Amino acid sequence: MAERVLMKGNEALGEAALQAGCRHFFGYPITPQTELAAYMAKRMPKIGGTYLQAESEVAAINMVLGASSAGKRVLTSSSSPGISLKTEGISYIAGSDLPAVIVNVQRGGPGLGGIQPSQADYWQATKATGHGDFQCIVLAPSTVQEMFDLMMDAFDLADLYRTPTMILADGALGQMMEPVEVKERPKRDIPEKTWAANGHQGKRKHNVINSLYMSPYDLERLIKERFARYDVIKEKEQRAELYNMEDADIVIVAYGATSRVAKSAVKEARAKGIKAGIIRPITLWPFPNDAIQQAAKTAKHFLAVEMSMGQMVDDVRLAVNGVKPVSFLGRTGGVIPTPAEVLHEIETIAGGLK
Amino acid sequence: MSKSYNMLLAGFGGQGILFAGKVIAYAGLMDGQEVSWLPSYGPEMRGGTANCSVCLSDEPIGSPQVLTPDVLVAMNQPSLEKFVNDAVPGAVILVDSSLIEKKVEREDVKTFYIPATALAEEHNLKGLANIILIGKLFKETGFCEEAALEKALDKCIPPRKAHLKEPNMKAIQLGMSL
Amino acid sequence: MAIVFEKPHALSDVPLHYCPGCTHGIVHRLVAEVIDELGIEGKTVGIAPVGCSVFAYNYFNCDMIEAPHGRAPAVATGVKRALPENVVFTYQGDGDLAAIGTAETVHAATRGENITVIFINNCIYGMTGGQMAPTSLPGQVTQTTPYGRDVKTAGNPIRVCEMLSTLDGVALAQRVTVDCVKNVNIAKKAIRKAFENQIEGRGYSIVEVLSTCPTNWGMTPNEALQWLRDNMIPYYPLGVYKDVTAEGGSHHE
Repeated sequence: MAERVLMKGNEALGEAALQAGCRHFFGYPITPQTELAAYMAKRMPKIGGTYLQAESEVAAINMVLGASSAGKRVLTSSSSPGISLKTEGISYIAGSDLPAVIVNVQRGGPGLGGIQPSQADYWQATKATGHGDFQCIVLAPSTVQEMFDLMMDAFDLADLYRTPTMILADGALGQMMEPVEVKERPKRDIPEKTWAANGHQGKRKHNVINSLYMSPYDLERLIKERFARYDVIKEKEQRAELYNMEDADIVIVAYGATSRVAKSAVKEARAKGIKAGIIRPITLWPFPNDAIQQAAKTAKHFLAVEMSMGQMVDDVRLAVNGVKPVSFLGRTGGVIPTPAEVLHEIETIAGGLK
Repeated sequence: MSKSYNMLLAGFGGQGILFAGKVIAYAGLMDGQEVSWLPSYGPEMRGGTANCSVCLSDEPIGSPQVLTPDVLVAMNQPSLEKFVNDAVPGAVILVDSSLIEKKVEREDVKTFYIPATALAEEHNLKGLANIILIGKLFKETGFCEEAALEKALDKCIPPRKAHLKEPNMKAIQLGMSL
Repeated sequence: MAIVFEKPHALSDVPLHYCPGCTHGIVHRLVAEVIDELGIEGKTVGIAPVGCSVFAYNYFNCDMIEAPHGRAPAVATGVKRALPENVVFTYQGDGDLAAIGTAETVHAATRGENITVIFINNCIYGMTGGQMAPTSLPGQVTQTTPYGRDVKTAGNPIRVCEMLSTLDGVALAQRVTVDCVKNVNIAKKAIRKAFENQIEGRGYSIVEVLSTCPTNWGMTPNEALQWLRDNMIPYYPLGVYKDVTAEGGSHHE
């Protein structure tokens, strides 16, 4: 086993991006993700990479569009208000079939909101990361180790499916330190980027990176092709961690930092003899429908726990499809739910189940 | 038997609260434990109060946010007042009594009054009150193997500040002797 | 048979969609001729804007990227940082460069991004049908200034070359036009210098080309050229606003 070192979540994201071969970072400072930018500013000049502090989030995401068009692995990161500014560029990146990795270390919103941890950008990340018909792959780490691992995976997924891929973290995961072991990830076959706008050198027809189609039929055909690719992603890339699910009556669905609160609560519930388990989505898009549908066959009740007023719970309901009751517990504005609150909800549900 | 600690360290920005938490977390890690360190962050870290949650456990850490600490290290009065009632019964509470006049009224916790800031001045260890308290905490709880403390300092002190290792070790030993 | 006229290689065979009398076609050709002459088509990446020249990605034979409105300098920055040995140019109109993309323009310029910018200033939004541009002249009638641009409410036009010439990162800021053969030749020299500057690593070079929009100005091509001479050139004087090669690079020292 390689040495485990203590790292902040934001720094783990940065180191993993470098390990994944990313040599270009464009960003704009915002709390609570700034350590990632600072890490890149420190490391990139020493390894011949680019760290550029852009004039805005809008500019940064378009620099990402440029570097990705050039065929390079490229990263930008921000926190909630900054992601709103990036959504224009993300839509163009999706519409141009470009790979890119975008980090959102979420904080409370709307507006300037707050700077404490939040999961209130779930809808934005999974439903509407910009205008038009498209999806981003969305990965939700729950530990600093997973910040590292999923960042490595994100670059592969982005390249493999030529799609923007988002790491959806939160302020707690970004700021906290945990041990990280730098280790290889499963190798994936990434096709060569023959589409890149990197100069044809007189050897091929010119490449065009573009999202504009004047014929609605051409655009429809292209979007349908893209959605066929999304179907492959849904089939192959759904990921979830199951915890105490073998005999679970009450299934908590929670991701990211919230899943850890849920884990603490489930341990206590088990100690009290309540059969509770957790499905922790690792991919938020594609949402792990298969795991939830499987659980719906035997479980009696689903409880979505989030740091929001209830966003992912919509997807839980769609997956459960009315087969079992689904309820919701959330705190918002930067408040982290406590294990005691979750336990209380579990006990209430268990009381009703008896 | 599984052993775990949920620690809360709190004080003013600049007292080395976050650093002390990092040393404890690294000591746990060097000892083979699962660890997490979660700071308060934002404008408050620029001159206001600072606190951090540190969890040590034999099992993967659930919630990293310590709401009901079994160890509370308080380095200023507002922090003690804010968190003392959150501590679980039986908790170990370390109070820097050179900065905090108030006494802990609870009888279901083990409180230790250490004039850490004054001791640091006396022993030419200025700025290391936080580390003195780690020494004392080690003595009272044995949260890691003793050798892990030195290893943790090696990890936490950057090479360009290597000359600080010796006073830090002295501070730990001073804390352990109290 | 002797060839007396042919398209530059860097221009594709796709027919241009520009209106009769519009000067975009001339400027496209000048850019393509310079790319040919410098022998850089194979390593050039062009960035098309949003506006009338949005389809520029179809007209040039080098690799092309279509940028979001106003973001061409940011996209160009990303490409150039990723591929410093390649040649990167943006082709932008006045709305793209001087309204929605002002921040990207000013910051790419002040960073001294080693790119070439071709700026088409025709005092109007052409693609969307003749609305006020940031460069529309005081009193100019457009769809959104039907009583003439009133600077008290609509603000004043922006003189881009003058503004950018104050920035240390700029290697060349020159305003030209293409209303006659003499000026076309001057324009081509400026464009060539803007590309050469990049190859020599001198920083951000912008060539502003005063252009016509007969369709949205409601004029014949000839009337439009005369309107440009009578109204635009007095407000936007032609000339070199900054040239680090002329000054021995003193701005960078």
